[in-house]
Amino acid sequence: MARKFQPQMATGNDLLEGDVVYFTSDGEWSREIGDAALAVNPEAAQELLARASAFPNRVVGVYLVESDIDDCGRAAPAHFREVFRTRGPSNYPQHGRQAERS
Amino acid sequence: MYRYDDFDREYVSARVAEFRGQVERRISGSLTEAEFLPLRLRNGLYLQLHAYMYRIAIPYGTLSSRKLRQLAMIADRWDRGYGHITTRTNIQFNWPKLRDVPDMMQALADVEMHSIQTSGNCVRNVTADHLAGATPEEVEDPRPTAELLRQWSTDHPEFNWLPRKFKIGVTAAPHDRAATKTHDIGLIMRRDETGAVGYEVSIGGGLGRTPLVAKVVREFLPKADLLPYIEAILEVYNLAGRRDNKHKARLKILVHETGLDTLRERIEAAFAVRKAAFLGVSPALLAEIEAAFAPPAFEALPTAGFERAYAADPGFRSWVDTNVEAHRRDDYAIATISLKPLGGTPGDITSDQMRLVADLAESYAHDELRTTHEQNLVLPHLPKAHLPTVYAALKGAKLATANAGLVSDIIACPGMDYCSLATARSIPVAQGIAETFADLDRQRDIGPLKIKISGCINACGHHHVGHIGILGLDRAGVENYQITLGGDATETAAIGDKMGPGFAYDEIVPAVERIIEAYLDLRLEPGETFLEAYRRLGAEPFKAALYQAEARSNAA
Ligand code: SF4
Repeated sequence: MARKFQPQMATGNDLLEGDVVYFTSDGEWSREIGDAALAVNPEAAQELLARASAFPNRVVGVYLVESDIDDCGRAAPAHFREVFRTRGPSNYPQHGRQAERS
Repeated sequence: MYRYDDFDREYVSARVAEFRGQVERRISGSLTEAEFLPLRLRNGLYLQLHAYMYRIAIPYGTLSSRKLRQLAMIADRWDRGYGHITTRTNIQFNWPKLRDVPDMMQALADVEMHSIQTSGNCVRNVTADHLAGATPEEVEDPRPTAELLRQWSTDHPEFNWLPRKFKIGVTAAPHDRAATKTHDIGLIMRRDETGAVGYEVSIGGGLGRTPLVAKVVREFLPKADLLPYIEAILEVYNLAGRRDNKHKARLKILVHETGLDTLRERIEAAFAVRKAAFLGVSPALLAEIEAAFAPPAFEALPTAGFERAYAADPGFRSWVDTNVEAHRRDDYAIATISLKPLGGTPGDITSDQMRLVADLAESYAHDELRTTHEQNLVLPHLPKAHLPTVYAALKGAKLATANAGLVSDIIACPGMDYCSLATARSIPVAQGIAETFADLDRQRDIGPLKIKISGCINACGHHHVGHIGILGLDRAGVENYQITLGGDATETAAIGDKMGPGFAYDEIVPAVERIIEAYLDLRLEPGETFLEAYRRLGAEPFKAALYQAEARSNAA
């Protein structure tokens, strides 16, 4: 049965650094999830994935993932795995993205 | 300790140069990720959730101070000042940069270490009893066997692309600390009626999606037949193992689907051919390996100071009672250095702690150290005379937690805090349980208890063989934890029984507490361990405690 389409974003890991990056609407990669481009229907999602996959020597393991939308209309993690990817390991607040933000 | 010969040295440095070239070609774009992936995995380099992860082999868990200091240097220079001991007795670093890995590899090669075959569908790091060479129980030191297998399996041309990864564990003691029955091949050294040493060979053990205890395929294999027999097992597996389905590709599935007797016939047939063609391991090579594991030059030191400290200092006494075991010599001891301090991450060790432990091993314990699959360190040859000094130094570095084998000595895989395959977190669950049972007197009252936690069905945290096993799953987008009880990794190996519905993240620690309280109520006397009580009573009373007590407390 058709389910309401949940917006999707494209994400992966930086080839050199290994850290999490998001594909933006201006065709760049950002370390901020809020910058991620959102695809709002299946066709747009496939197109987004194709565009994001065009950087094989910069970003690896690119995939589409469902996204929530925050109060400002920006992408936000929907699944808990994606929440952890925006933060870093919960046993060391001094490591990962969470450290840069605090 | 085994020292590299010229062949080992050249092989490892050729590998560093080769990998350096591969990394350069990946960065320049002449290798695609699809081409690079199997190459980096073969060298222990993973891409995880937040960063790369670099896994380094510690064959049979044996380290010297020089090696540990180099690991500390690597942690400081290219990583974030700590490492994580894994359940295959390896160490991994969680934050390397791709460009730096060849230099890290070179730094390892400088101290006769490497990261080869820590991943991929090949024979993985061979594990051995972590008390090998020190325990009074053993027939002989099992590490020469492990080293022989390491040399034989490294880049073995026939077995370099097996259907799936392949794990071998070996022990020579009746008490199996190496979890041999959870390995593709488990070797237990013993004597036959004539007193000759050989192996009981078991095959088809493994955890993961389909947990199975290994079955004995050969009651007694003479020592000289080891390599042709292992080759025969691998030959049969290599040809018949299911390459069509990743989840059915391990040897255990072949044993399960083909039947042990049929497989034994095939192995014996292959063995007959191999044995006839086998020229034997060169006696010079064997002698060299055995000499490398010769016991250290033990020295007789007075133990009166140790006895005085034991009588006078309760903290020292409880550490000795919990973390120190009998050595083959009366005036020596085997000490476990717990990497499970309250609030810590199971298996993690900082670079400062590495240097301190290296200094202690060098100054007091014949320069030898072990990593254990339970994610601790061991000083295998420590004169009792030095125990008080070593304890004091460890205590100052938060390394003297007296909890070896107790409820807070938890195995936990990295889980969703690091691992890209994870379905839930493991580390904070371990921390929550340790917090709940923080009082060491309470832990001692509970007695021997092995809690093991995995963050997904791959079971790196060995949850199936935990007395209490916890498996983290993703249930409809929420972390959920399934409990198994009664598992056992030792000579009485058993796969734990699955309890009922799983528990949410904030319910799992109280659930574990209810199990333990039920045990305390039900045990016949304090000497009856959790596992004994579970075997006597079965799952029912524990299920009742897990689920009915929950209902009661909601009603109250
Ligand atoms: S059990 Fe799963 S989550 Fe844990 S380390 Fe292994 S693969 Fe990762």
